[in-house]
Amino acid sequence: MCGIAGIFHKDRDVATDASGVHRMLAAIGHRGPDASGAYIDGPVVLGHARLSIIDLEGGAQPMSTLDGALTITFNGEIFNYVELREDLAARGYQFATRSDTEVILRAYEEYGDECVHRMNGQWAFAIWDKRRKRLFISRDRLGIRPLFYTESNGRFLFASEMKALFADPAVPRKLDLKALAQVFTFWVTLPPRTTFEGVCELPPGHSMSLQDGKVSVTKYWEAQYAAPYEIEDDSRTEQSYSEELWDLLLDATRIRLRADVPVGSYLSGGLDSSATTMMAKKFTDTSVTTFSVAFENPEFDESKFQSEVARHLGTEHHVIRCSSDSIGKDFPKVVWHAEKPLIRTAPVPLFQLSGLVRQHGFKVVLSGEGSDEVLGGYDIFKEAKVRAWWARRPESKLRPMLLRRLYPYMPALQKQSDAALRGFFHAAPEHLDNLFFSHLPRWELTAKLQMLFSADTRAQLGDYNPYDELSASLPADFHRWNAFQKAQYLELKFLMPGYILASQGDRMAMGHSVEIRMPFLDYRVVEFAGRLPVQLKMKVLKEKYLLKKCMAPHLPPSVLRRPKQPYRAPDGESLFSSAARPYVDEALAADRVADDGIFDSKAVGVLASKFAQRRASSIKDNMALVGVLSTQLLQQQYVRQFHDRVGKIEDADSRATAAVHR
Amino acid sequence: MQIQEQLRQFIVNNFLYGQDNAFSNDSSFLENGIIDSTGMLELIAFLEETYGFKVEDEELIPENLDSITNLVAFVAAKKGTSKAAVAQ
Repeated sequence: MCGIAGIFHKDRDVATDASGVHRMLAAIGHRGPDASGAYIDGPVVLGHARLSIIDLEGGAQPMSTLDGALTITFNGEIFNYVELREDLAARGYQFATRSDTEVILRAYEEYGDECVHRMNGQWAFAIWDKRRKRLFISRDRLGIRPLFYTESNGRFLFASEMKALFADPAVPRKLDLKALAQVFTFWVTLPPRTTFEGVCELPPGHSMSLQDGKVSVTKYWEAQYAAPYEIEDDSRTEQSYSEELWDLLLDATRIRLRADVPVGSYLSGGLDSSATTMMAKKFTDTSVTTFSVAFENPEFDESKFQSEVARHLGTEHHVIRCSSDSIGKDFPKVVWHAEKPLIRTAPVPLFQLSGLVRQHGFKVVLSGEGSDEVLGGYDIFKEAKVRAWWARRPESKLRPMLLRRLYPYMPALQKQSDAALRGFFHAAPEHLDNLFFSHLPRWELTAKLQMLFSADTRAQLGDYNPYDELSASLPADFHRWNAFQKAQYLELKFLMPGYILASQGDRMAMGHSVEIRMPFLDYRVVEFAGRLPVQLKMKVLKEKYLLKKCMAPHLPPSVLRRPKQPYRAPDGESLFSSAARPYVDEALAADRVADDGIFDSKAVGVLASKFAQRRASSIKDNMALVGVLSTQLLQQQYVRQFHDRVGKIEDADSRATAAVHR
Repeated sequence: MQIQEQLRQFIVNNFLYGQDNAFSNDSSFLENGIIDSTGMLELIAFLEETYGFKVEDEELIPENLDSITNLVAFVAAKKGTSKAAVAQ
């Protein structure tokens, strides 16, 4: 895993030097602490900060073909590189290294832009095609690896993280208010929009090219779901589906253990990470090393289940215990890495966890992430089913009781009246036709956070409606999928790449130079799941039905029977802990807020005093606090103090003078 | 209407972060997203602390709690002092 950066001069033929790219790399040095390098040819400079995982000697980057025609800078892993390499060798290609990087170069040489269809992995890369004077950039199907770009003074700049773009003093740094309205609705920005004005994210499953002054962006992959009449063989047994899923997951895990360094595994105590750890164990004679987050606050803690699984699988188990103080203390660092307003503090423990992984000398871990999106595990899917069932018979006294059963871990919800539940859950008949039915409760509640916007912010937003951009980005097929598939698509397409894989995934792991690999997000698993009859994902209200069936022979019954517990961390309690108070008070101070102008200083004052007096308890208040504070911190870190901060990083990074080849 | 003003001020300060968007006294808190379902407990705590009575589980219904008007009537009835409750 690594960090990449590059500059393409659109308006002249010759780049002057590599110093700009080295400055960019220094800002993302955490992604690649092992080496760095740059390449210059004509108008292009490519840069690379390396975390060595495969072919420790031969895998240096940027890497060129022997004839110098193609040069690549690559962040990620192509897990099927061994098989791809064999195919290419059979077609007469010769290889100078054992790396997956060289395989991408050869695959591009053979198949052109279509090469990405043959790759199974997680990637963001740029290839400079010297003969055609063309830059080709691609990002993996599901958005596991990041890629951002912008244009400034006739130059196109790209990088793994936005902070690298801002390392160039000419690139403006201003929060995008429309992006804020999106995060304060959907929890994520909708690509290509990002937190910052003028900076774009290459969407997952897209490639782009730059040639002759033209930029073109192409979608090469999209999630698909089969309509019931398209499922060809409805006589197929559950057993047969279960066996296919097992074979796919096992192979997805096997190729994700390809590395020249040891691979560890995250263990949450739930089904998914227990499954990936168990499968990893099938490919090794030695013990697997596992890593878990535990909480001091028992409301969030799952350590009992984690130790049980660790004992059952005989792993060498390590735990980091997170306190409210430590979460509060690390929150600003996490915002710096996430580059996006956050609605929850839940990314912080995952940042601390990757620190634990690194302390034990590991660079790579498996994670069970993606299973809930792909195989139907989230409460939001179950909730949507119950709401729809209730909305079809609104007078029912019985049906709303199921909603209370859904959230046994939320005591405040248990006491609500039916009317309160109906208001909150949008379970009236008229809601059933809404395209976003499944997500209305979450999004409408989150949108309440916009009441904290200042009058000036509201005026600038005018009648901007974040739902318009969402609707416009939907594929034509969306409209013919059933309610469950629509809900799955919205999770897989937006929350997963924008929050789960970014703010909680890549950015938190790379903050400590750790790479995560997710067998459930092997595209073969995702495509298989898209073709499954929906009742095999959720049978009535049994989530991940097929996965549980598939894993039953291999895991202890307690893991399979255990009610799903969503991963959460303490929010307000952490940010109003003694460790956080000094910076929180400063960031939320009335004059600071008024000066930044994004939020209404009086409203923020009311919110903060509610927490200071321990009067705040609702989900909305907690989301509002995390949302406002993270935005204020972004303003401070990225807009007001950016160059002070990055200057310090550059001073500490002696590699800024590393070798340049041409 | 001292109680009405007191209640309105609490709703505005506690749930709308001090921003009175001129919702009517008959607006449903839940339908208009003024209070989310977890926030309802804060309202109940306020009623109990401010007016010194206990809200029973069976009283947790929108007819009692879901608008300023309903709250005023509920508080009056609980305190047993007002004719406004009867008028409702």
